[in-house]
Amino acid sequence: MSETPNETLTGAQITVRLLERQGVRLVTGYPGGAILPIYDALGQSTAIRHVLARHEQGAGFIAQGMARVSGEVAVCMASSGPGATNLLTAIADAKLDSIPLVAITGQVPKAMIGTDAFQEVDTYGLSVPITKHNFLVSSTEELLDVIPRAFAIAASGRPGPVLIDIPKDVQSRAIEVAAWPEPGRRKLPAAADGMALAEAASLIAAAKRPLLYLGGGVIHAGASELALELAEKSTLPTVMTLMALGAMPVDHPLSLGMLGMHGAPYTNLALDECDLLIAVGARFDDRATGKVAAFCPQAKIIHIDIDVAELDKIKTAHVGIVADVAEALTRLLPLVPENPRAEWNARIDALKAEHPQPLPGVNDPRSHFGLIRAVAACLDDDAIVATDVGQHQMWVAQAYPLRRPRQWLTSGGLGTMGFGVPAAIGAALAAPERTVVCFTGDGSILMNIQELVTAAEQRANVKIVLMNNAVLGLVHQQQTLFYGQRLFASEFQAMPDFVAAARALGIAAVDLDQAANPCAALADAFARPGPCLIHAGIDAEQKVYPMVPPGAANRDMIGAQA
Amino acid sequence: MNAVSRNENQALSRAVLEIDVANHPGVMSHVVGLFSRRAYNVEGILCLPVGDGRQSRIWLLVNEDQRLPQMIRQVEKLEDVSAVRRHHADHAVFTDLEAFFQA
Ligand SMILES: Cc1ncc(C[n+]2csc(CCOP(=O)(O)OP(=O)(O)O)c2C)c(N)n1
Ligand SMILES: [Mg+2]
Repeated sequence: MSETPNETLTGAQITVRLLERQGVRLVTGYPGGAILPIYDALGQSTAIRHVLARHEQGAGFIAQGMARVSGEVAVCMASSGPGATNLLTAIADAKLDSIPLVAITGQVPKAMIGTDAFQEVDTYGLSVPITKHNFLVSSTEELLDVIPRAFAIAASGRPGPVLIDIPKDVQSRAIEVAAWPEPGRRKLPAAADGMALAEAASLIAAAKRPLLYLGGGVIHAGASELALELAEKSTLPTVMTLMALGAMPVDHPLSLGMLGMHGAPYTNLALDECDLLIAVGARFDDRATGKVAAFCPQAKIIHIDIDVAELDKIKTAHVGIVADVAEALTRLLPLVPENPRAEWNARIDALKAEHPQPLPGVNDPRSHFGLIRAVAACLDDDAIVATDVGQHQMWVAQAYPLRRPRQWLTSGGLGTMGFGVPAAIGAALAAPERTVVCFTGDGSILMNIQELVTAAEQRANVKIVLMNNAVLGLVHQQQTLFYGQRLFASEFQAMPDFVAAARALGIAAVDLDQAANPCAALADAFARPGPCLIHAGIDAEQKVYPMVPPGAANRDMIGAQA
Repeated sequence: MNAVSRNENQALSRAVLEIDVANHPGVMSHVVGLFSRRAYNVEGILCLPVGDGRQSRIWLLVNEDQRLPQMIRQVEKLEDVSAVRRHHADHAVFTDLEAFFQA
């Protein structure tokens, strides 16, 4: 605690002061009665800027965009009752993708809790299973402990969201503050076990057909550089999960891109042949593994993760290492001998040549892959790429040349439609010097379209590429392939005029379908600063291929032929 | 409880978990929620404060299940949990309570 002359402050003022002391400079949220004391105090802060979302879910995803781009804990706020429930989806999404958030919600006064008071819901109870930890603050004094702790918990170990529910009377009551606590910071985990590292190194040295399997933990730990070094030193072909895209440039010679349900054919086939799988910050998610019993059937497994509960959860590791993956890789690197692995890499090259990723129409900017590549051609590696959820998301994951950690923002674990637009706005707020492109769908954009107003108000540099196939494409695809082509509730009967809607909400818009030269129209849109919606019609019959049917082994892909 | 009779229940192999936690109103739902969300039945629960009351101890009687090691790791991850110890089902903490649970 640092000594200062005593001050008399309300819980709301204490909350804001503690946020300032954490170094928070930007928060996002939506006010309401039960959080008004905090909003009143926030309005007096000269250090913190508040961005008003247009829906609490939007605020939650704006905060996620900030956190995903910066790696720092981001803060969002909402009032009690419907404010809090609206926030929940974004919190659950952060939990599944291990994103550090602190969500602050107002609650009815303590004396009214449990009386079904106006706008009372059990925010604490609702958030138990979707947060890393949560607090219902029972006294103003407690704030001095809870707020720094919330930041420390969100940032330490495997990151995640922390919710602080603060009753209105706790916010309003004034107390004397004699000393301020230290800001909550990331606590370092115990070092990796040296014996296990040595064992891992000898397994790598002995392996004939090893593969490196990178997950989102590599991004969170800032360990991409180290993973790349390891791959290059031991010439390890490398697969990435959806969350890890960008950890290694996808066009690096050792990169096999994304694995799993929509991974490239050669990627999943290589996994079938490997004799050692080195999993780093990855959790063997079912979209990555397919049928677990058939995943890497010949391989020994080294599993490095900061979360001990991930080890042996899905696959039993021969060597399990619980550690910060950056620390573990730093110490593993010198133990691993250089190894050219000519034979194995020749085999990988042959697989790549024989079983390429099908990219139909990649040179036609009016087709899905061609559009994605044309957008990429307008941008450099400084750009940030966000997506919504659906076919468009998977096509971007397959075709966009992602080359840098924290370049790629997508809802992986929860797969939340509506993620894209607000997350892109958050990214633009956190990194105003960068261009943010958001690929979205005609279904997804409507889930948080109100945030276009926020983008307009903030002049956020987001380019929203709306891939409009007039269907819920991924649903349409599953109904076509697995439900006897019985299309139901997946085709939109009414279609808004998205270009007009975007303009009405205050942002520029262009329709590529009307442009004589779509590439020129794209370049034009990207050249202008500020938010812009870029509308492009897409053929509804296009599928995301290859596809591993749910429950099938990864080797049994459909649509794998180019 | 499920439809299994008391005797049949006894025949299943069981484990007793002893969990040291911070004593506050939400801690039980954190611990028990990990089991309920996995449809993992908790057969017995006991909880009392220890020492000065800032800590509590939760005793759980659970079925031995292949998921138990993963459950224990999940419980250990909870912020309010300081330690988890695993005992055999014949631990006195539940057997001594039998008298209170006669049908
Ligand atoms: C909030 C939410 N509701 C439902 C789903 C199920 N779902 C996954 S993809 C999808 C269709 C997405 O449609 P669109 O945004 O148009 O993208 P497309 O697949 O057509 O590219 C649906 C309904 C989801 N992921 N998230
Ligand atoms: Mg669509």
